[in-house]
Amino acid sequence: MAKIKGAVKVDIEKCKGCGLCVEACPTKTLDLSKEVNSKGYNYAYMADPDSCIGCANCALVCPDSVITVYKTKI
Amino acid sequence: MADLEKIMKEENIVYKKTKVLTDNVMHYCPGCSHGVVHKLIAEVIEELGIQDKTIGISPVGCSVFAYNYIDIDWQEAAHGRAPANATATKRLMPDKFVFSYQGDGDLASIGAAETLHACNRGENITMIFINNAMYGMTGGQMAPTTLVGMKTSTTPYGRNIDLNGYPMKMTEIVASLPGTCYVTRQSVHDAASVKRCKKAIKKGFENQAKKIGTSFIEITSTCNSGWKMPPVEANKWMEKHMFAYYPQGDLKDAERDNPDDYIKYIK
Ligand code: SF4
Ligand code: SF4
Ligand code: SF4
Repeated sequence: MAKIKGAVKVDIEKCKGCGLCVEACPTKTLDLSKEVNSKGYNYAYMADPDSCIGCANCALVCPDSVITVYKTKI
Repeated sequence: MADLEKIMKEENIVYKKTKVLTDNVMHYCPGCSHGVVHKLIAEVIEELGIQDKTIGISPVGCSVFAYNYIDIDWQEAAHGRAPANATATKRLMPDKFVFSYQGDGDLASIGAAETLHACNRGENITMIFINNAMYGMTGGQMAPTTLVGMKTSTTPYGRNIDLNGYPMKMTEIVASLPGTCYVTRQSVHDAASVKRCKKAIKKGFENQAKKIGTSFIEITSTCNSGWKMPPVEANKWMEKHMFAYYPQGDLKDAERDNPDDYIKYIK
């Protein structure tokens, strides 16, 4: 059966690790990584990629507009 | 992993950064509401197809560099004078979409007179008001909008009414002026509020084409650095404390008062 699947791409170098996207995600897909980018921020990443539904809540609240959201039926 | 490759294709993009935002990295602190509001203004400009017809007036304060981020024409106003610049710009170029962008230190304090008079004249402009209840850029000092009891660098024991007066409700004040057509208070702390706020900003811009008066949009915001809280916590603090004193939603949605109604006073 076809399922709605989503995914996000974070522009790691521009992410400031504010965590607002992590809080906004209804499926707990995102988390802040233990690694840092070149500015020293713990950037956001998909900790549980399977759970993403492509709702774009994370991208809507991101102050730095660094999240691209994909969604499709698989 | 194979799944991810199938999903992350150009044709499956449902949300990406608008081209009206430049690629410059914003200088704002992590999690600052300014970035979200910039994005919403840019998205509205893109959706209305008015990138080459929009002129922004940037303020003094953290958002002084707004012109680096939204790819339109800009003017930089002296402290508090954005509504005056916007007035002149709109009157000289009535077909352009003109908006002012100001924080509470700029709009409610040094620029209070410009704000009230632009709204009272019913200028056909859109005013964006970021209210984070303190002066962010200069180190978190008390602003007219600071809540009672709120600690700032100039009210270390909390704002005291006897000493500092009451927090100023600019949005309620301009709603009472006959020149405003649309006055609303919004926020951008979660996905639902971001969507509502975008609709409000869009309406503010559309009102300019209808020439029905001043649209005034407050966005109750956070200043994580000034409030000394992580961004997520600051949003929660705002919901709990700011929304009680600054209630959310539309205060006015009409046309500016009909000038004919005022003629009787001189007859
Ligand atoms: S909201 Fe944006 S800047 Fe903040 S952590 Fe998420 S991706 Fe990074
Ligand atoms: S698109 Fe929705 S489900 Fe996917 S990470 Fe973002 S908020 Fe979570
Ligand atoms: S000082 Fe406050 S308002 Fe200014 S950029 Fe930082 S968080 Fe935003």
